[in-house]
Amino acid sequence: MIEARALSKSFQDKKRGIIRAVENVTFTCRPGQIYGLLGANGAGKTTTLRMLATILEPTSGTAVLCGYDVVEHPEKVRANVGFLSTATALYPRLTAQEMVEYFGRLNGLDEPTLKKRIDEIFTRLDMNNFRDRRCDKLSTGMKQKTSIARTLVHNPPVMIFDEPTTGLDVMTARTIIGFIADCRDQGKTIIFSTHIMSEVDRLCDHVGIIHGGQLREEGTVPELRAKYAEHNLEEIIVKVVGPHLANSEV
Amino acid sequence: MNFHSIWVVYRKELREWLRDRRTLISTVVVPLLIFPVLISGMISMSSVLIGQAQKQIPKVMIIGGEDSPDVVAALRANKELEVVPYADNWKKQISEKEIRAALEIPKGFQASLENGPAETIQIDYYLGEIKSEFGAEHVESSLKSYRDDVIKKRLAASNLPATLVSPFETKKNNVAPPEKVGGASIGSFIGYIVIILSMTGAMYPAIDLTAGEKERGTMETILSSPVSRLDLVLGKFLLVFSASLTTAILSVTSMGISFAYMGRTITTNSGNHLDMNLGLASVIAVFLMGLPLSILFSAALMTIALFAKTYKEAQSYLTPMTFLVVIPAVAAVMPGVELTPKLALIPILNTSLICKEIITGTYHWNSIILIFASTCVYAVVALFIAIKMFQRESVLFRS
Repeated sequence: MIEARALSKSFQDKKRGIIRAVENVTFTCRPGQIYGLLGANGAGKTTTLRMLATILEPTSGTAVLCGYDVVEHPEKVRANVGFLSTATALYPRLTAQEMVEYFGRLNGLDEPTLKKRIDEIFTRLDMNNFRDRRCDKLSTGMKQKTSIARTLVHNPPVMIFDEPTTGLDVMTARTIIGFIADCRDQGKTIIFSTHIMSEVDRLCDHVGIIHGGQLREEGTVPELRAKYAEHNLEEIIVKVVGPHLANSEV
Repeated sequence: MNFHSIWVVYRKELREWLRDRRTLISTVVVPLLIFPVLISGMISMSSVLIGQAQKQIPKVMIIGGEDSPDVVAALRANKELEVVPYADNWKKQISEKEIRAALEIPKGFQASLENGPAETIQIDYYLGEIKSEFGAEHVESSLKSYRDDVIKKRLAASNLPATLVSPFETKKNNVAPPEKVGGASIGSFIGYIVIILSMTGAMYPAIDLTAGEKERGTMETILSSPVSRLDLVLGKFLLVFSASLTTAILSVTSMGISFAYMGRTITTNSGNHLDMNLGLASVIAVFLMGLPLSILFSAALMTIALFAKTYKEAQSYLTPMTFLVVIPAVAAVMPGVELTPKLALIPILNTSLICKEIITGTYHWNSIILIFASTCVYAVVALFIAIKMFQRESVLFRS
């Protein structure tokens, strides 16, 4: 379960002064659901997801993941979260197995459990043929599988994906999308951001449209289609964001 | 603080470090090879040059001396000199290394030997040119032995003893223990090397584990794991510290062996070998004094490198740091710079100065305690700043 409660984040910029990257964002995502966070570049999606993953601390407001507050118990939150983005790279000089082992140990898994878990994940993701190969020698697809294994090793109930398919080829992107769907089927709580509307159509139960750091619209995909009398999700986003564009440009 | 997490982070960083050719070269290969290569290269080159210069019989030219046949005959009789015929361009011949030296015998030299006044024979040579200097030395010693012969003959003619002109002899004898002799000759140098190399050993891992992680995109990956930032920075710090210590230990070991070898190879004027062995206790003491400094370097370098977004940017921040370390380290090596209570509080300079004393076996305990304690304080402050910096989002996610 993810509950964002008036989540806000400001940054101090020397030239531009205080920048409100996220303002009063509130939403709930339940187990077995995929919540899609949509918006343009700079809308505040990554900052929101980073706050949920406790990589950034909220300026005000909070979020509760699996019963743990992100401000009060960030380490416990992280132990219950798998975070994957195009910015979460692999250690080039570790092998695929060492990479996953490292995160398993940091998550406090004991050695027999870790070994069992790695064997399970590597078999499921068909990674056994490159488990001893260094990450800098892996193809993009292999790297992405290793990243997935890294997020899954401690079997977290919450998964956070920040534009996980950006810049990936079709086949690798399909692997990721399939993996996100699998996570939902396992009853995990999932939030993910994307620019690709076909992914939203295929995966999301709920979507939130964020712009200028604020959540402008929220609902299921059918609800939004009915409200805006528009089937195309891109057009819906334009209709939601349009009235706020003039303000945010100033 | 969770020791298990720190250990897990440290082990992973160590594994990656051992697989990184670039940092391994700066931490292990350079300190292990630099001294043997430099010293053996220096010894073999100088011994070949000196050997060649000593073996060759120097060609010398006599200018004048037509009215002084005795001294000319004595020079010609010396088998260690080859007297070449006079030529007007003798200065040019010396400058162009055709002859090693020339000697100008003044007119009426032999007559003045009998009746006075004392005349001067000028030896012309090429200053700084080793073969010419050897040639001039040969000429000088040949003339001195001729002068001694003249004195002996005169004393014998007057029935006076030879001891009249040298009533006593002098002899130099070293009484300092070997480690002090070795320490005095290389003591200041060893502290300098430990300081410089403990910094350079820490530099590349410090960059790699901070700015390098940002550049490779692994910083966000590790920050999304449950490890606390305190445990993360301590695990990383321990690796940088290990690299710094490894470099210092390897360099001193390699330097110690190289100097001992050099000591055996070089013979002093008195015919003895120059003892350059360092006492083990002194070397251990130097390490102990270097420990807090190594912590200080590791934490400070990590903090500065963490500000950078890329490896290159971090390098450009840290290069000026090298001067900040080299200048006080070199200042201590300068002759005449001695440890005072004020200097004992200046980091780097204080350690460099105390190492110079320790290596010669001099232990001023008050200074040692003051320097160790003050450097520990600086090190703890630097580590505290590093930990704080790792908790600042504006530093970790600087854009």
